[in-house]
Amino acid sequence: MEIMGLPLIYYGAMILKVLLAFVFVLLTVAYATYAERKIIGHMQVRVGPNRVGPMGLLQPIADGIKLFFKEEIIPSEASKFAFLLAPLVALIPAFISFAVIPFGDVIEIAGYKIPLQIAAFADNAGTVFDLNIGVLYILAMASLGVYGIVLAGWSSNSKYSLLGGLRSSAQMISYELAAGLAIVCVFMVSQSLSLHAIVADQAGLFGWYLFRNPFTFLAGIIFFICSLAEINRTPFDLPEAETELVSGFCTEYSSMKYAMFFMAEYANMVTVCAVTTTLFLGGWQGPLPSVLNFIAKVYFLMFVCMWIRATYPRYRYDQLMKLGWKVFLPSTLFLIVGNAIWITLFK
Amino acid sequence: MVSLHSYLILSAILFSIGTIGVLTRRNAIVIFMCIEMMLNAVNLTFIALSKYLGNLDGQIFVFFVMTVAAAEAAVGLALMIAFFKNRESIDVEDLNLMKW
Amino acid sequence: METLFFSIVAAIAILMSILVIRCKNPINSALSLIMTFFCLATLYVMLEAPFMAAIQVIVYAGAIMVLIVFVIMLLNIRTESGRRTQHALFLGAATGLFLLFQTWYFLSRSSLTGAKGAIDSAAIAKVGHTELIGQSLFTEFLLPFEITSILLLAAIVGAVVLAKKKV
Repeated sequence: MEIMGLPLIYYGAMILKVLLAFVFVLLTVAYATYAERKIIGHMQVRVGPNRVGPMGLLQPIADGIKLFFKEEIIPSEASKFAFLLAPLVALIPAFISFAVIPFGDVIEIAGYKIPLQIAAFADNAGTVFDLNIGVLYILAMASLGVYGIVLAGWSSNSKYSLLGGLRSSAQMISYELAAGLAIVCVFMVSQSLSLHAIVADQAGLFGWYLFRNPFTFLAGIIFFICSLAEINRTPFDLPEAETELVSGFCTEYSSMKYAMFFMAEYANMVTVCAVTTTLFLGGWQGPLPSVLNFIAKVYFLMFVCMWIRATYPRYRYDQLMKLGWKVFLPSTLFLIVGNAIWITLFK
Repeated sequence: MVSLHSYLILSAILFSIGTIGVLTRRNAIVIFMCIEMMLNAVNLTFIALSKYLGNLDGQIFVFFVMTVAAAEAAVGLALMIAFFKNRESIDVEDLNLMKW
Repeated sequence: METLFFSIVAAIAILMSILVIRCKNPINSALSLIMTFFCLATLYVMLEAPFMAAIQVIVYAGAIMVLIVFVIMLLNIRTESGRRTQHALFLGAATGLFLLFQTWYFLSRSSLTGAKGAIDSAAIAKVGHTELIGQSLFTEFLLPFEITSILLLAAIVGAVVLAKKKV
């Protein structure tokens, strides 16, 4: 049976892939909160959460239930529509990038070849057709993440929220540029914008774009740092800097809406780690079965995020801007030129 | 298959709404947004025609329009901030320094 | 199917663009405009121009609108000043409607002329849309492309000067 020229199994596989990826990301998000508290706890010679369940393993569920039953507060002077919209706008772009990230190799079910990537299908010869502007899609979705925070900051009608939103939008604009230019180095090497082609090109440890040449190595590191700034992780968490802005853009939020911002933050972290894995660390390529490679690399990067959070103090606003515009932007431009020369010399 | 006509009519409607916005609103930023909308309506025309004529020139033109729009946004918003610093308003009625 | 999808997207685009000029609050206008841009990006995908759709979202929704929202927040403008003259409203609306009527009139009595080029769905599927745009941009349109960079440079200098100086 076929619909629009494709066998039915592709549609079934498509839905299954969406569900699996979504459940996986949600579980990761829930346990990332736990892992973060536990890891940072141990780094600071504390125990971390250990009361709910064995070793505190049920803590995320308890937190979820607690937040769910909290009172829903909408400030009387808030712009109601934007206030209600903001958490959704923050959450959706975080998840939607997963549509194009390849999390595994092509597998074969009942004679049909199915690539483990949501927006993709393969013909019987195993050629994968996916979104041929995958990288641009990710850039586009990443640039939308800021609206949730900006809307929250503006609609709450509170000084702290407004300052948080302002900082966030300035930060996003500044770091998006450097992140985008760092990605240019990737597709100078890959000569394709399709994420499947990019991963397929990175076989073997020295095939990873991170280790392809010195310029892509630096580009990878800059991309990761800029991504941290784009999703407002420490040391760039100025939009919600507790010590100066109470809780930044989500000061006025409570209950499930606050939980959604929290989820968006961690979902963004998962997305950024997955994108970095795909672009620089060889995606699902590696010694283990393909999906496990991918998950292992993503978890390692998430551990690095938490490690950074436990190590570095927050940047000052002027330092942040200086870093973005005076360090990262010129150096990525330099990397592009260097990369071009390297590629021409060592074809 | 959607006809070329539908795209062109849609683009005409968006362009007209943009024009009405520019002519009736007072807030400089909203006027600015309406101009962006008019540019976008034109972009839609370019891309639709480019598809139906089997020619990429229209899309290249859209590329340039977007560049101009970006430059315009940077300079225009800088102007608005400078204006706001002076007059505490971005109402176009107050843009009368050059008038006598 | 395609026509239905087009109608829905077009209807949302028109509704949102009306909201842009009707909303009292500039932020709501900006949000509606972002939605309009999304609808246009969807239409670009339908017109087999995925690269332009991505650029549309990145440049318009991701950069220009963020800047505009940033400025609205920075100046903290919540409503428009009440001064609004009736005859301006009437004249503006009349001009807009006349423009619409005019374009509709000429569109309805003209047809597509001119030579058809070589780029069709098959070519786009084979070479890739991004590659085609790139080839065209860096060969045929190289000079305009370089001139654009000068324009951007001028814009940067202008913005910096305006931001620095006490005007």
